[in-house]
Amino acid sequence: MDIRELYRDVILDHNRSPRNFGRLEPADAEALGHNPLCGDSLSLTLRLANDRLSEIRFNGQGCAISVASASMMSEAVSGKSLPEVEALYREVHALFTEPAHVPALPLGKLMALGGVREFPARVKCASLCWHTLHAALQRHAAGERPTVSTE
Amino acid sequence: MNAPPARLADPYADAEGRLRAERVRADFPILEREVHGRPLVYLDSAASSQQPRAVLEATEHYATTSHANVHRGVHTLSQEATAAFEAARESVRRFINARKPSEIIFTRGTTEAINLVARSWGGTQLAAGDEVLITYLEHHANIVPWQLACAAAGARLIAAPLTPAGELELGAFLELLGPRTKMVALAHVSNALGTTLPVAQVIAAAHERGVPVLLDGAQAIAHQRVDVQQLDCDFYAFSGHKMYAPTGIGVLYGRESLLRAMPPWQGGGDMILSVSIAHSTYNELPWRFEAGTPNISGAIGLAAAIDYLEALGRDRVAAHEQRLLLLATAQLAAIPGLQLIGTAREKAAVISFTLRGVHPHDIGTILDQEGIAIRTGHHCAMPVMTYYGLAATARASFGCYSTEADIERLLAGLERVREVFA
Repeated sequence: MDIRELYRDVILDHNRSPRNFGRLEPADAEALGHNPLCGDSLSLTLRLANDRLSEIRFNGQGCAISVASASMMSEAVSGKSLPEVEALYREVHALFTEPAHVPALPLGKLMALGGVREFPARVKCASLCWHTLHAALQRHAAGERPTVSTE
Repeated sequence: MNAPPARLADPYADAEGRLRAERVRADFPILEREVHGRPLVYLDSAASSQQPRAVLEATEHYATTSHANVHRGVHTLSQEATAAFEAARESVRRFINARKPSEIIFTRGTTEAINLVARSWGGTQLAAGDEVLITYLEHHANIVPWQLACAAAGARLIAAPLTPAGELELGAFLELLGPRTKMVALAHVSNALGTTLPVAQVIAAAHERGVPVLLDGAQAIAHQRVDVQQLDCDFYAFSGHKMYAPTGIGVLYGRESLLRAMPPWQGGGDMILSVSIAHSTYNELPWRFEAGTPNISGAIGLAAAIDYLEALGRDRVAAHEQRLLLLATAQLAAIPGLQLIGTAREKAAVISFTLRGVHPHDIGTILDQEGIAIRTGHHCAMPVMTYYGLAATARASFGCYSTEADIERLLAGLERVREVFA
């Protein structure tokens, strides 16, 4: 296994120059994610309009995989309807964990993160942002501001 | 004519009396394996060390010839198991120079040993308004048990500050050592930074005030000579698996006068003399603190590890590791963007570092692909990470089997990390 299967150029680029980095204030939804394995943390702020995720920002500390994943996720979900975001969440989860998964949706750049499948210790790094987003949307519907953990 | 008989050449020493680490390596079967197609370079002994053949054979021999429950049966196997288990206790006593084997309590490890003291001693000696004094560089195992004990008693847990180099601020520590201090608990060596703490001064100052001192010796026991009488500490806790013995066995040394005054912390078999439904009479030291069937095999493995370390020569191992520490420190410090975290004057062979622009987890993954095992993360010492404004570091730690070749592989691995993240 070449380490470049994990650290592809697009991932290194998003790690160096994260897109949508920062906080939205005010935000319609917010969530904090923690990876207790490494102590990394991720904060997501969202704006929602007409059942769509109109804007998203993230910040926090993390490894290249978690930063790139959050950055690429922020690009992938911006402007999507909430059901589309939910479908993408399920697809990406399968991409990270199921060998030879054939995506039912076009995943574009996100496919570059599929390399984590071969590095089980790093799947949580890639999925933290998606779990945090999922929790933010679910709990927004319930009027909460949650904290999620990948453990 | 009266010349002493020629000594057999010591296989572990070279002509200058230094440790022959290559010969040591041959005793550790796991070091023969490959990881991701590369020969394993194991630089995570501070998390858990590997076991030499002598330890593996000792536990196998016990299981294949003498296993039975201890302190119970009249049959031969039980007597043999009991004799081996109690002989292991005597080995530990001798190894750390305790006065009596009754001061040696077998536990699951350092964590359980500290919990024993915090629960049993803390449960009877701590009262509202009392203080337990620790430091900012403690492992969670020497923080959380005291938090629990303090919460139960209404006492306060206080941490002494550190210098930027990762040393204890001794002056500040002495100021915090006050009339309310009832216990001082600190690491002998820091697991996250490698710092060796000034335990002699701490113990002398605490004893002047009549305050007992517990040392967390997990990171010291395999890397320097430990003599509890010379240290004059009141409790000393360590784990077998950080000194080439199996996991699941550890030791609490306690000064007899303190242990005598402490109530049992776990109840069950072996810790009692007699039991009725209304009342039990507790066993003598040390068995009073060893409820249930102990880790007999682990204790026997620990005794074998002690014999092994003594055959290598403890001072020789310490000198070898210090040479590697100096060499690795100088070479790592020369890498652009690499920052050493913890630069105490007195250190064990533990090197924590960060690399600019690369998260420690990414360093760990790339090194793993090169067959190099290091630890990355907060090292179960989150307060010291927070203290230095870090979420994580990468940590390379050495043992008796580490060599200069391991350091070369580490440097080449870090070069690969820098290439990937260039």
